[in-house]
Amino acid sequence: MNEQGVERDETKMRRSSLGKMLLLAVPFLLTGCRDRFLVLDPAGPVAETEYNMIVLSAVLISIVVIPVIGLLIYIVRKYRDRPGNDAPYQPEWADSKRLEIVWWGIPIVIIAVLSVFTVRDTFALTQPPSDQEPVTIQVTSLDWKWMFQYPESGVATVNYAKIPAGVPVQFVLTSDAPMNSFWVPQLGGQTYTMPGMAMRMWLQADQPGTYYGHGANFTGKEFAKMEFDVIAEKPSEFKEWTKQVKESKPKMTKEDYKQLKEPGVVEEKTFSSYPSDLFKEIVMKNGGIYRKEEHQHILND
Amino acid sequence: MSLWPTEPMVQASLVAIILVSIGIIFTLTYFKKWGWLWREWITTVDHKKIGIMYLICALLMLFRGGVDALLMRIQLAFPDLQFLDAQHYNEIFTTHGTIMILFMAMPFLFAMFNIVVPLQIGARDVAFPYLNAVSFWLFFFGALLFNISFVLGGAPDAGWVNYPPLSELTFSPGPGIDYYLLSLQISGIGSIATGINFLVTILKMRAPGMSMMRMPMFSWSVLASCIVIIFAFPALTAALALLSLDRIVGTHFFTMLHGGNPMMYMNLFWIWGHPEVYIVILPAYGVFSEVVSTFSKKRLFGYKSMVASLLLISVASYLVWVHHFFTMGSSAGVNSFFAVASMAIAIPTGVKVFNWLFTMFRGRIRLSLPMLWMLAFIPTFALGGATGVMLAVAPADYQFHNSYFLIAHFHQVLIGGVVYGMLAGLYYWWPKMFGFQLVEKLGKWAFWLFNIGFYVCFMPQYALGLMGMTRRMYEYPSGMGWNGLNQVSTVGAFIMGIGFLLIVAQILYSIRHGKRDTTGDPWNGRTLEWSLPSPVPHYNFVRIPEVKGRDAWWMMKQEKGDEATSTPSSSIQPIHMPNSSGLPFLMSLAFFVAGFGLVFHQFALAAVGGIGIGICLFLRSLEQDEGYMLSPKEIRRIESAQGRL
Amino acid sequence: MALAQHEVVRAQTEANRPLEYDEDGQRHILGFWLFLATDLVLFACLFATYQVLVTHTDGGPVLSELFELGGVTAETILLLTSSFTGGLAIYEMRRGNLRGLIGWLVFTVMLGLAFIGIEVYEFVTFVGEGATMQRSAALSAFFTLVGTHGLHVSFGILWMISVIVQLLRFGIQPVTARKAFIAGLYWHFLDVVWVFVFSAVYLMGVLG
Repeated sequence: MNEQGVERDETKMRRSSLGKMLLLAVPFLLTGCRDRFLVLDPAGPVAETEYNMIVLSAVLISIVVIPVIGLLIYIVRKYRDRPGNDAPYQPEWADSKRLEIVWWGIPIVIIAVLSVFTVRDTFALTQPPSDQEPVTIQVTSLDWKWMFQYPESGVATVNYAKIPAGVPVQFVLTSDAPMNSFWVPQLGGQTYTMPGMAMRMWLQADQPGTYYGHGANFTGKEFAKMEFDVIAEKPSEFKEWTKQVKESKPKMTKEDYKQLKEPGVVEEKTFSSYPSDLFKEIVMKNGGIYRKEEHQHILND
Repeated sequence: MSLWPTEPMVQASLVAIILVSIGIIFTLTYFKKWGWLWREWITTVDHKKIGIMYLICALLMLFRGGVDALLMRIQLAFPDLQFLDAQHYNEIFTTHGTIMILFMAMPFLFAMFNIVVPLQIGARDVAFPYLNAVSFWLFFFGALLFNISFVLGGAPDAGWVNYPPLSELTFSPGPGIDYYLLSLQISGIGSIATGINFLVTILKMRAPGMSMMRMPMFSWSVLASCIVIIFAFPALTAALALLSLDRIVGTHFFTMLHGGNPMMYMNLFWIWGHPEVYIVILPAYGVFSEVVSTFSKKRLFGYKSMVASLLLISVASYLVWVHHFFTMGSSAGVNSFFAVASMAIAIPTGVKVFNWLFTMFRGRIRLSLPMLWMLAFIPTFALGGATGVMLAVAPADYQFHNSYFLIAHFHQVLIGGVVYGMLAGLYYWWPKMFGFQLVEKLGKWAFWLFNIGFYVCFMPQYALGLMGMTRRMYEYPSGMGWNGLNQVSTVGAFIMGIGFLLIVAQILYSIRHGKRDTTGDPWNGRTLEWSLPSPVPHYNFVRIPEVKGRDAWWMMKQEKGDEATSTPSSSIQPIHMPNSSGLPFLMSLAFFVAGFGLVFHQFALAAVGGIGIGICLFLRSLEQDEGYMLSPKEIRRIESAQGRL
Repeated sequence: MALAQHEVVRAQTEANRPLEYDEDGQRHILGFWLFLATDLVLFACLFATYQVLVTHTDGGPVLSELFELGGVTAETILLLTSSFTGGLAIYEMRRGNLRGLIGWLVFTVMLGLAFIGIEVYEFVTFVGEGATMQRSAALSAFFTLVGTHGLHVSFGILWMISVIVQLLRFGIQPVTARKAFIAGLYWHFLDVVWVFVFSAVYLMGVLG
């Protein structure tokens, strides 16, 4: 964890200090040390976009929440039913067009502003985070483990993924078990792994480092053990790693996959190859066959 | 198969259940109370008694759901703890969620509907008293079926949302999921009937002069809630039925192979599930509106705005369900629409908060127990609403989804909104139900402990979510920095638990020592229920009142002063009352038998239950039930005993 | 005198109002309309599920190839006619003609039974061809949607028989009139749902 901390400190410099200060104003964030707050410590452009939306929404919403709490304290102190309280008492006053316009109007404006940014970023996140040639990794969630396939090089790993730093990574997600959700908080928010569907999610790590990942949707008995690491390395090292795997690791046979699919928890594994079209078969047999058009472009990548 | 469990915790629960049952049977027999129980309670169609039965069930379920919560919090207090194994932990969080939403919040709400609505709108009973009893007993037997699962065969363990394919036979072969499906189905039928019943009651049975825009805000909120029940619950019925078919008949709606589509379940479930949140929160808004006006001695501010926002929320509640699965690969356009719609719900909700604040503004605020809960609700709900808006921002939700941030958010709105609301209502209408007040002092202790406990329990969970902790983990590694906050959260949960026990103690203590309510109007109330003696006689109103404006009872008091409560003896007319009936109980029992049979795929037993249901329906249809007339003499006797003549 | 005037108007409207629309009846009828709303949502969910799953045949029988429009057309004619005869029954009830009312109800029940008979025959044929509801998601959705409608119709038949029994025992009075009227509403509702089943499942299945 210490090494990670050092690397995180480097990326931290880029975050707007204004946003940081405003977020720190939210009291519940003051507990514990900050570098453990993975969501607030983005290590790539996707997580950064999401982080900015979190800050923006927190700031906008506090425009309403803080005055509400202030007003509440003021009113309760001032208008207590005590003998001798000479604050005004108007039991029949129950209407004010002007006030109504104010408190219908302000929330509408706030939500409108927030909506604009929300829509913008929702669309932005479907696109690759940078222009460089992306890497594709196919992710399959199993009971209770993660399998990663690299269609470009043909290698596969279990319960960890290596990615090149500074390069957009296209994760294509599916499940050959009850649906899970693929979440690497420091790199970006999650997307579900759905049986019969191949869904795309873009992530990118700016700096080399090891990033914590965990399944985020309950899948039964050993769900709590579905932890994995995403290890970002310099592109040259990533290439070197691929080459080594190709040379030194065992092949994954159909039989190996069948065993992998059996419910249970396993250690990290590395394979130099996997049965061709394995990912496509997994998607198709679980219902992907009925949504071919939707998935064609992803499966052909 | 042997039903006798092997797990020590389950054995202990089973023994406890058997002992308590023997205790109850013995007590009833010893004090010769069986007849009383049957005549006064089981066969009753009186909305007030049905309300009280709902209330007792809700409190029992709050206890059980709370115990589940504490067990979970103990397990999570330390990393890698072996207090519960994975299977037990999974069963316990599933039952906790299901019980709290469907067997605690719903009956608590229905208790308030039943006890208050007919009195508030000046009616003798609900539109369909018999159906009302059916609703209650269906709920009761549904809850019973759900609760016996832990000791008979195993509780459901796929989460309260029960997503397939995890909840399909392949991955969950035991009877647990079937318990979930059948018990929710049975109680859900009751809920739909309640929605219809109260909507008709409100539309058709208001006292003369009470136009819609003169109706008390609680009744408005019930109306809004019932509309949502009517249009949302059938989607749950469909989702449960299709999953049941998958499991019992072998169809392929949501399976992974043979063409099933689990996504369809998510849609059906949340088309009910999100409106369900508003079903439970809207009546809480209604309670707060009544309480804030009464305890500020002032008219409710912005009545029209309040009505408009209730109706807006009930309509908008159907347009947001996809925000429960922004992360399941909907297109950016779809996610944007549902994100904006979800955020927009904050607008009418914010308006309500301001109207409550300005009801207090230039009023005279009394800090009685109902008002304390109302005041605690505002900041809690404002914060919970704020994090709700943050969750509605789709790109932010990608990070929050299924993390403890989400857990903290919905507990904050559901506890801060619904539970605080129902407790405010409980304190507010308690004297009306039982004729005595609850002692303040114990109640204030309970209030402060519960509130402080709440913040200690849930604020750390927001932080845990931002630290990357996901929900439904039965254990977590120690290197993540989650230990301390989890311990704090557990301490908070126990403080809340003590708060709950103090509420129970307060009720038990007050039965002997609480102040008797002889006026029927202990809070200087504003709506018609306070014009009646406490507890209310079974026919409610001697004469149906004429309503001349909003806050009808307040106006009568202004006009007539002390005379407002008395009835001239000569004006008493006979009153038509509905008959009691044992059929609702028996029919629901038949539902229980059928459900139990289906849980264990014992189709002969299920058929016996089904035939029982059919016979009960047929008997009821042939019954010429015209009710009976209550004589003026009897009415005079009851009224003079209450000092009202 | 104002009061007398009021009473007269009231008596007049009451005389003109159908028997089933007394105060209690109005409540029941409104409640039943709301029930129909819930039932409509239920069917909407089943229709949506069917639309999503109709192509998910898992390599098994394709629905459009199974359908025999002849039987389905007969079902449609039977049910539409039964809705009409159900309407005639209520018409006779309003005229106070007990025999006419019961006669048309019996006729409606028979048409309903014929409808169910054809549907059961269709289902049995399908199962004989290996098209069971366990075979594929598409067939699960088909049998569930059409079967749910069929179960509703069967329940409606039992209900009308119970109403006929009551009419024989008690004659036409506010309570029995209300029950006959509401059973009629239910029957018309099922007819409307069938129109959707016929077009969305069978016609679109064969055409598309």
